[in-house]
Amino acid sequence: MEKIKCKNCTKDIENEIFILNLWVCPYCNYHHYINARDRLQITVDSNSFIELGKNINSDDFLNFYDVKSYSVRLKETKLKTSLDEAVIIGEAKIEGNDVALGVMDFGFIGGSMGSVVGEKIKILSNYCIEKNIPLVIFCASGGARMQEGVISLMQMAKTVSSVNRVKESKIPYITIITNPTSGGVSASFATVADIIIAEPDALFCFAGPRVVKQTIKKNLPPDFGTSERNLKNGQVDMIVNRNELRSTLTNLLKLFKE
Amino acid sequence: MDLKKLEEIPKSYLKEILGALSKLEKLKKIPFFTGIHFKDAERDLSRKIESYKKVERDAKRAWKIVELSRNENRPQCLDYINGIFEDFVKLSGDRLTGEDKSIVAGLGKINGKTVAVIGHNKGKDIKQRLEYNFGMSIPQGYRKSQRIMQLADRFGFPIVTLIDTPGAYPALEAEDDGQASAIAKSILLMFEVKVPIIAILIGEGGSGGALALAVGNEVAMLENSTYSVISPEGCAAILWKNHSGTKLAARELRLTSRDMLRLKVIDRIIPEPIGGAQNAPGRMVKIVKKYIIGTLERFASIPGEELKSRRARKFESMGFFSTE
Repeated sequence: MEKIKCKNCTKDIENEIFILNLWVCPYCNYHHYINARDRLQITVDSNSFIELGKNINSDDFLNFYDVKSYSVRLKETKLKTSLDEAVIIGEAKIEGNDVALGVMDFGFIGGSMGSVVGEKIKILSNYCIEKNIPLVIFCASGGARMQEGVISLMQMAKTVSSVNRVKESKIPYITIITNPTSGGVSASFATVADIIIAEPDALFCFAGPRVVKQTIKKNLPPDFGTSERNLKNGQVDMIVNRNELRSTLTNLLKLFKE
Repeated sequence: MDLKKLEEIPKSYLKEILGALSKLEKLKKIPFFTGIHFKDAERDLSRKIESYKKVERDAKRAWKIVELSRNENRPQCLDYINGIFEDFVKLSGDRLTGEDKSIVAGLGKINGKTVAVIGHNKGKDIKQRLEYNFGMSIPQGYRKSQRIMQLADRFGFPIVTLIDTPGAYPALEAEDDGQASAIAKSILLMFEVKVPIIAILIGEGGSGGALALAVGNEVAMLENSTYSVISPEGCAAILWKNHSGTKLAARELRLTSRDMLRLKVIDRIIPEPIGGAQNAPGRMVKIVKKYIIGTLERFASIPGEELKSRRARKFESMGFFSTE
């Protein structure tokens, strides 16, 4: 029997049990990484997801080269993750409720936001306005994609403008903060939602703990940037366990309907 | 092959070149290896080395601009405010929790018209730098900026922003107070106001902290200012895992005003006096004043709704990708 070790309590978990428990440790409730496809699987009604914006691909327009070139990095990541980009967008049903849904994946270059993520959030926003259905985005990102330079910074403005049009159209906009959500994504579309839900154990901050520690040259409190600390500080509406997200979303979507 | 050439190329590229060289040497030793014309292969490699040497030159050039943009004798936000706007009244506080001095905001007159001015001030000597926290803002600062922008919007005052920040202040208190949310709200608000917004990058345009003031109908950059998603130092620490990549990162990030114009991130480069704004601060202030007056005139006749929708269209069209 294949086993994995919990990152938090270090107990061994049988792989099958781990997956059936939605990638959450059954002994300590630590919420582990879940990829975008699996997230879709556990969130939407079966066979209800129709992907949008599949034809958009990242471009190494700066010929960015650090220890490898951005174009090579993209190719490798696509193969490794079987994803086209750090976000999947589409239309779906959650307990029969139509939503425009975006799911980010931290596994794709740290869930970083470049031109494609920006464009997909814009397409999704336009789509939900056109169909008049709520906008739901699962966030997971280390921030802006450095390999796209300042253009990645501009995606913050682009996505905020896009979701702002959703808000102006009086369409509900809900984000779910998952581990981790930081930098350019946390300081743009993730935090301007009408309702912000956090999963347990999600790091949610602008500057990451390493950078903050360097600046203040002191140890950080152990709960720095956690969902619990953010709830206490008034930065999120609620913390919801992964197994209850579907029902919480359903409840919210129904409240907005009337 | 002349191995001396290798000394001039950046370390992070060296591994690739050395790898290719040793592979060639290995192939040469195989008696009947005929798949490659070694002379051609070596010529290709030489070309590659030449282009990587150019990378190093570009990196030095980019780094020089980074240093210029941070030069402490450049005119700063307060110099521009004092030299350009008449009857300036400084306004303080976010009306919620406090006052962040790193952002200076207020109302003043230019060419007989009232405008709101908001900018980062870094400070010039160490005492001032500490007072203004090196131009690194906390949520109170961004919320103050939002308050002044809303005020300007209600009274129809155009907004002029002067951007000069290494980035938002990465501190525990700032995080606890909602740094991410404060920056996001500032960006959002700049898409809502119906008055002209003119954003001018006067020194360092560091990341989200800069963007929080930079969603302009027109975005201009002083010739030797920079605009970047992350500082070259930060980028090198993450991607190169050390500081030796800092200058290379400065090149790779494409953070100069010329890069910005080419990428259509800004609308205009404001030329600086020869050698940089620090050589003739007074003249620099006059050039910026003339630019603001001219730009305000250009925007004066455009209806508010149009200004707002143009801003959205402009920023929503940014990005480079391929579609099949």
